[in-house]
Amino acid sequence: MNVELRTAKTEAEQALSSAYQDARERLPGRGDVAELREDAFRRFEASGLPHRRVEEWKYTDLRALMRTAYPLAAPPDASTRAGARDAGAIFSSVDRQRLIFVDGAFAPDLSDLSAEQGLSIGSLAEALAKSDPLVTAHVGKTFATDDVAVALNTALMGDGAVIRIAAGTVLRRPIHLIFTASSERPQASYVRSLIVIEKGAKATIVESHEHAGAQVNSALELVVGDGAHVDYIKTAQGSGLQISSLLASIGARATFNTFAFAAGAELVRNQAFLRFAGEGTNAGIGGVSLLRGKDHVDNTLLIEHAAAHCQSRERFRAVLDDEAHSVFQGKIVVKPHAQKTDAKMLTRALLLSETAEAYNKPELEIFADDVVCGHGATAGALDPGLKFYLMARGIPAAEAEALLIQAFIGETIEEIAHEGLREALMIASLKWLGARK
Amino acid sequence: MSMLEIKNLHVEVDGKKILNGLSLTIEKGQVAAIMGPNGSGKSTLAYVLAGKADYKVTEGDVLLDGQSILELSPDERAAKGVFLAFQYPVEVPGVATMTFLRTALNAQRKTRGEGEFSTPEFMKLVRETSAKLGISQEHLRRPVNVGFSGGEKKRNEIMQMAILQPRLAVLDETDSGLDIDALKVVSDGVNRLRSPERSMIVITHYQRLLNYIVPDVVHVLAKGRVVKTGGKELALELEAKGYAEFVGEAA
Repeated sequence: MNVELRTAKTEAEQALSSAYQDARERLPGRGDVAELREDAFRRFEASGLPHRRVEEWKYTDLRALMRTAYPLAAPPDASTRAGARDAGAIFSSVDRQRLIFVDGAFAPDLSDLSAEQGLSIGSLAEALAKSDPLVTAHVGKTFATDDVAVALNTALMGDGAVIRIAAGTVLRRPIHLIFTASSERPQASYVRSLIVIEKGAKATIVESHEHAGAQVNSALELVVGDGAHVDYIKTAQGSGLQISSLLASIGARATFNTFAFAAGAELVRNQAFLRFAGEGTNAGIGGVSLLRGKDHVDNTLLIEHAAAHCQSRERFRAVLDDEAHSVFQGKIVVKPHAQKTDAKMLTRALLLSETAEAYNKPELEIFADDVVCGHGATAGALDPGLKFYLMARGIPAAEAEALLIQAFIGETIEEIAHEGLREALMIASLKWLGARK
Repeated sequence: MSMLEIKNLHVEVDGKKILNGLSLTIEKGQVAAIMGPNGSGKSTLAYVLAGKADYKVTEGDVLLDGQSILELSPDERAAKGVFLAFQYPVEVPGVATMTFLRTALNAQRKTRGEGEFSTPEFMKLVRETSAKLGISQEHLRRPVNVGFSGGEKKRNEIMQMAILQPRLAVLDETDSGLDIDALKVVSDGVNRLRSPERSMIVITHYQRLLNYIVPDVVHVLAKGRVVKTGGKELALELEAKGYAEFVGEAA
């Protein structure tokens, strides 16, 4: 007899179940969408919140970290919306198209909906309600995963952005999705976005999360067409729990770069599920996490080389002070026919205190025989030899350390192609460094 | 007053005694060569002067312009005019050479209560100095020493010295790893910096460098102290006879 041992539901798990039962009739979308939600909800019911014995969540034990599940956010009132007017300030120096989401709901009045040839923008809630064919074709289909955070997002998705960039379109300026949650009361939001970048199109997409004490579960599905060029940057700041899933399917001969930045963020889990579905694609997956206090930032990747002749480079760096924890888990899977794959992963953590902890776990699963794959991970303190060299030239200790940390971060941020975004992230890093005691 | 007075200096590294009652005086404007066999404490002396951690002074003192510098941090010593040209200059990834130079120069000036260099002034200084040492603009844009050859790293050290204009320069085996052409460029760079206001300690294992940087005085170091002092001809004598005499004597 098979007995599945399953501990009793936690308070948070019970609350999530009843939140879904209460909301299912109100959540946008009927028919296929409702079925998608039901399936996802059953997946959650079967496994509960992921915990430390689930390999992918080993270092971010969601069951332990999520003692309670906050109620689903109510539509924001006028004053809450007004408070979000200047959201996304991290990139205020950059000419970009802002789309603002307050407490999980699209705020068109705060957003820049100016039309550009080949670009269409809408809200997920509306698209689900009217069974928009783009949404029907892609939502929940970009990357099949059993991940429970994704399942919860699918079950409870309320609103988000739906963007289509038509074939051959070159966007003039970055699109900036800004998610902000107010601190009035504890609340949860489940946002889901879909961005379809068609063949040969070129776009820079930025996603920023600025939350105050909320529980936010966001997911973004990116469908990248053949020969498209997509740069995607995600930033996390603020308090509360923030889980973000990136699900991407990338076509042939595409250029695809992602960068995950976290500074002054309390508890962040970024998970990326990427599939190279066509040959000859180049991808750069990177990130910088700056942590102090009890901050916890987890970057977990699953990269599937499902086609031959693709190149991927993963470069992640973390700077940790006080009692902060950083996690990097990078899994590269090379499918049997994905010959000539060239995949390299490097993760480095710089520890500024004795009590900070960095967990680095690179993994390779290779089923093809003609590939070049490698990974490396380092964790350590500032090099005393470098610090002495700088000090011997007259640079005081604190300034020498700041310069070395800045260099450590800068080497990765430099990879960002868009100059304004790159500089804004460098400035945000310096601001974080400047607050160092 | 002498520029530098080292009095009965005893130094330990990892509990191992390296300097053993070293005494030495360097006059203002003097170029002093320090020669000696491997393990005699030459590099230790260089590091102790620059203030490297893990070098424990158990006895004695080091006076710069009559004041002890042993309690000063490396950056404070640098601001007082101490400069160490490293035997093995480190690579500093991510820090552009220009940024590094400007940060160092302005930090020193700030500590001394002087105003910062303006950007055009600074650029002009670096351009002129680097050109004389055959350092390209491309090298200045690159991170400090990253991907530089051994000779390029040594030239970079001398460029830093020329820009920072120290009062006491310690050159630790600046000749090691240099071919004859590079040796000449580096030596010319050093010689241009000779001045009645500046003292130099040239540490070397071989006499060869001293053909180019002609010292006023030569000190021989063995087993952590000065065992012989003489004129520049002492270097030639050592080249001919080797260090056996001193190693044997001290053993």
